[in-house]
Amino acid sequence: MGGLTTPVLFDLSKQTLRELNKALHGPLVPGTVYRVENPDGAHSIAVGINAPVEVHIEGHAGYYAAGMNMLATVVIYGNAGPGVAENMMSGRVDVTGFASGGAGASAHGGLLVIGGDAGLRCGISLKGGDIVVGGSVGSFSAFMAQAGNLVVCGDAGEGLGDSLYEAVVYVRGTIQSLGADAQVEPMAESDLATVSSLLGAAGISHPASDFKRVASARNLYHWNADANQEY
Amino acid sequence: MCGIVGLLLKNEALRPRLGELMVPMLIGMTERGPDSSGVAAFTTPVDCRFRKLSLYCADATFQWKHLEGLLSEAFEDVTVVIRANHGILTTASPVDGVRRWLQTAFPQVHVLSVGRAIDLYKDVGLPSEVSDRYAFPSLSGTHVVAHTRMATESAVTPANAHPYTAGEDWCLVHNGSLANPGSIRRKLEKVGAKFESDCDTEGACRYLHWRLDGGDTLEEALHHAFEDFDGFFTFLMGTHNKLALVRDPFACKPAVVAETDQYVAISSEFRSLAHLPDIRNANVFEPKPSEVYSWAV
Repeated sequence: MGGLTTPVLFDLSKQTLRELNKALHGPLVPGTVYRVENPDGAHSIAVGINAPVEVHIEGHAGYYAAGMNMLATVVIYGNAGPGVAENMMSGRVDVTGFASGGAGASAHGGLLVIGGDAGLRCGISLKGGDIVVGGSVGSFSAFMAQAGNLVVCGDAGEGLGDSLYEAVVYVRGTIQSLGADAQVEPMAESDLATVSSLLGAAGISHPASDFKRVASARNLYHWNADANQEY
Repeated sequence: MCGIVGLLLKNEALRPRLGELMVPMLIGMTERGPDSSGVAAFTTPVDCRFRKLSLYCADATFQWKHLEGLLSEAFEDVTVVIRANHGILTTASPVDGVRRWLQTAFPQVHVLSVGRAIDLYKDVGLPSEVSDRYAFPSLSGTHVVAHTRMATESAVTPANAHPYTAGEDWCLVHNGSLANPGSIRRKLEKVGAKFESDCDTEGACRYLHWRLDGGDTLEEALHHAFEDFDGFFTFLMGTHNKLALVRDPFACKPAVVAETDQYVAISSEFRSLAHLPDIRNANVFEPKPSEVYSWAV
């Protein structure tokens, strides 16, 4: 981050969001740095980028910031509203403050780093992306998450990992409750390596051995009529 | 979808600017609620001998001065401050008698709120239009509860606009929807509540007031609401000296709080807080589900 090129400045108190996103959807020179001032909670800032550029958002963002990101690095110096980095395909999104609900929802790839807490449903339906949360996550996080990793340095709320597929959740603090078919499992060497690698990438220092592994018990993979909806 | 807005001014010097600070917050929530909007402004309470009644008449040609004259003949110490088709009536006479007189003599005039502190204005139209119509920037007071409505479950009418009130100096605005408003309404009608609109939110407002009136603390009343309300809600509530906020256990609807040593500001989204003074140094946080937050003047 922080490339050597002079940043291209967008001031959202003077320019429209559409001008910014149109510029970010045009032919882009790899490595270009964009600086977005006065975001003031606008929705859909820097969505749908498909190029290796950097976008620095200097303040709080509203709904869906950096959604559908491919290849780009987007940094939000502040808080993010619902659905930050939803459906990210690749690249990286950093939020220095907190993120609201549905952070990283259905992300296929890339890395989402949230410095503070994340709200409810963080990493819902995760499809291969990685999420590192410096604080805690709200209830129903990683619901039906299919692939990828969610690393939580704080605590997790209710129903963590409900109906998980093959995504894995790592939690350093306490888990208020596990969702259906989610279970705490021993940390293997490969888990320690994954957590260390993701924490390193996020720039957060905790021993990987502090974390618990939560994964699918795989009982829901096969319908059991005798279970009477109890798992 | 709807927008909720609240502002409580800790700094007395800011209180004459309550409306001026609140209006951009309200207009900032236009996309969430373009159908109607409303404001409950809480002023320093009038003397305990008096009550204020916020009155509304749909007829733009209604002769408020004529009403004021007749009220002055019938009741004690009457004043009426008129803003378009709303009037704030202050009187030393008992409220029940004034209500009965109005219902008989002027059935087209509706009582929107009663109390010593609350002044209420609500109407259909874009927040900017409603704000201009009632000169919201000139409102002063200690705190305000406001709302922009996108109608989902009942018609776009002034009566279905928020805030809702019950009893004295109590109001509520709602972002969300309740799936069992009928059963809440029937339960309350059995204990004497009178409904004035079709909106699900009126039931929530009257339910909580009923619990509070029965001796519950706000936390206790909301605990019962979690059991009895089926649906989604972020509620912002106002009393003569407090703002209170709660989100449903699933946090389906958003809310953001910004607090400085000058004020507490609440909105559905940060974008309607961004203009507030010193917002960059405010403590900005997202309220947790099921937790009751309150701030006193």
